[in-house]
Amino acid sequence: MEKTFNLILTGVGGQGIITLLQVIDETAFVEGYDVRSSELHGLSQRGGSVEAHIRFGRKVYSPMVQNGQADLIIALELLEGLRESAKAGGKTRLLVNEYLLPFIGSPAKEEIVKDLNKVKSELYLVPASQECKDKLQNDVVCTLYLLGYAVGKGLIPFKKESVLRAIKNVIPEKYLDLNINAFKLGHD
Amino acid sequence: MKKILLGNDAIIQGALASGVSFVSGYPGCPSAEIGDNFGKIAKENGVYAEWSTNEKTALEAAIGASFSGLKSLVNMKSFGINVCSDSLLPLAYTGTKGAMVIVVADDPSCWSSAQTEQNSRVYAGFGHIPMLEPSDPQECYDFTKLAYKISEEFNTPVILHTTTRVNHQKAPVIFSEVKRDSQPKVGNFVKNPHQFSTMPPRTLEMKKELLDKIKKIKQIAEVSETNQITGGKSKIGIITSGISYLHVKEALEFLGSTCLPEGRDLPVLKLGFFYPLPEKKIKNFIKNLEKVLIVEELDGYLEKEITVLAKGANCKLEIFGKSVLSEIGELNTEKITVALAKVTGKKFVAFKTKKIDLPKRTARLCEGCPYWYVFPVLRRVAPDAIFGGDIGCNMIANLPPHSLSDYMFAMGAGIGISHGVSKAVNPAFVEASAGRQKVISIMGDGTFFHSGIAGLINAVYNKSNPLVVILDNRITAMTGHQPNPGMGKTLMGEDTQELSIEEITKACGVKNIKVLDPINVQELESTVKEFLEKGEISVIICKRICALLAKRQAK
Repeated sequence: MEKTFNLILTGVGGQGIITLLQVIDETAFVEGYDVRSSELHGLSQRGGSVEAHIRFGRKVYSPMVQNGQADLIIALELLEGLRESAKAGGKTRLLVNEYLLPFIGSPAKEEIVKDLNKVKSELYLVPASQECKDKLQNDVVCTLYLLGYAVGKGLIPFKKESVLRAIKNVIPEKYLDLNINAFKLGHD
Repeated sequence: MKKILLGNDAIIQGALASGVSFVSGYPGCPSAEIGDNFGKIAKENGVYAEWSTNEKTALEAAIGASFSGLKSLVNMKSFGINVCSDSLLPLAYTGTKGAMVIVVADDPSCWSSAQTEQNSRVYAGFGHIPMLEPSDPQECYDFTKLAYKISEEFNTPVILHTTTRVNHQKAPVIFSEVKRDSQPKVGNFVKNPHQFSTMPPRTLEMKKELLDKIKKIKQIAEVSETNQITGGKSKIGIITSGISYLHVKEALEFLGSTCLPEGRDLPVLKLGFFYPLPEKKIKNFIKNLEKVLIVEELDGYLEKEITVLAKGANCKLEIFGKSVLSEIGELNTEKITVALAKVTGKKFVAFKTKKIDLPKRTARLCEGCPYWYVFPVLRRVAPDAIFGGDIGCNMIANLPPHSLSDYMFAMGAGIGISHGVSKAVNPAFVEASAGRQKVISIMGDGTFFHSGIAGLINAVYNKSNPLVVILDNRITAMTGHQPNPGMGKTLMGEDTQELSIEEITKACGVKNIKVLDPINVQELESTVKEFLEKGEISVIICKRICALLAKRQAK
């Protein structure tokens, strides 16, 4: 990979962004890249919008992605996906979980989807939460489903084996199968 | 070994490698994982680790350990250093015996901080305490080790000053995993009041010793590899430190590939030492420059220092800093790129984010949070009351749909201010409850033990009549579920005496006290009504476990 890969994760506090970030960091590490990421804890985790940045490549300095420079934005939630699309540049691709966590005053799902489709970026709208709920009886692992999807579609330059190794390195034994299954479900 | 570590975990590894055996602190974002994760590994490494009741008791605990010869680590967020400063300043005078490193984690942009966008750097010069500033997890590890070395050699506490983007940055770190004995190290207190007691005229002697010490440490700073120069021989240079260094390198790469091909030629002086500054090194660096850009977050401390140094070293030097970089909010590659373009006279158009008008998703109470029962009742029963807010999960009371708090400051400040408001609007010569404004002050259990008790005593002693609602969710929740004195558990998981908020309140002299489960909304409502009519202070303790904690315990 010639250039540094810039990835932004976005969603709502409590959706599992930090676990997803950990798996992606570890995969980049397993693949031999230099990697840096930045996450937020505390108040920001209490149901507000959360954004995490990951950059990997030959040599990375800043842990944060510049506006317009993301190669990929993975959104765990529709409205947060739309919000983050403001930072999408010419090369940015958007992978959005078709899942809404509404709050008082939030727009309707159809409206958000309509607006997302207007964004001038390659858009992948995937029902990750629904799929995980239906097939794995657990929608928290939609994060790994989305990563599986991104790897399967070539949206992120990772080998499947590297991700599986990374999952084993960072996910506790108890939840290992569930996470691997979610990843595979999204990948295939 | 090489592993991906969070900045905070790298600090832990650095402390372990340096032989730390006493860890104290108070949880706050972005430093909390240091104490949390030490709690998990303390026993097997022969380390003692505690969450103290506040940052002052945390520092004082470490001072005691240090005087007994143990190496200690104190961890806190930005505001913590304000709380412990009363003991921190004399510690610089007495010096340490066992080495001590104090981690102070600032939060530029206030990602997880309410009260101010504090820049804790000011304490270094103010207290004459050496301060190091790491940029990334690797430096968190390396600088922690260096901090212990300096502390050990000069018997001074050393502050490791970090920021959110350093504490919560993950990156590969090369470190040696130490195998430690699980047998805890026993301290030995050798009496030495000459050194450990600050008492005039000795205090002034101590000050002299301290200033001499700092002079010597300055010589270490002059030759330290942590203050490094990279880049080429351009006449435009950059001086930076901490996280800003990483953004600077990125900005130079970015400009180098776009409008400033010579970007990689710009010399960069990265300072690992914020205090004492390596003045000679800085003078040498700026000697032959035409322009220098100082890249630092928040206040321009380095800029001020360097402006003074330039007078002697290079009076023609053009110095840029806060004239091109904001004092508000954290820095990033983009802001620095724009500043660099200005300084180098290049045209650079920053990426414009699209305008998407969406409602803000603010933090909110979790599903099933006991506070959901309390806030609406307070609003309904006393719509005209004055509400004092406090820090913790209950600060969500400030946000919609609650929008409750009329003022909010610092840990435990709610009750302190409410007392003053209560005295002001209900002067003693007026019949207490006759049509006057009512004051309701809320605080969590963690805050009660941190600093709320002092305010409560003041209110009782000086006879004001606010209604204090203590939201006891049985844990210090906001910062990631740390145990507190009300729980009967310590950080290391040991059983301890469970302190009763009710008994303490009673002992403080409060006469009107009610303990209830807020899920009994009617009982809460009638108690609020009853207590609001009281001429003296009253306390309702709403006791119900944090919903997240309950869920976790059920698993």
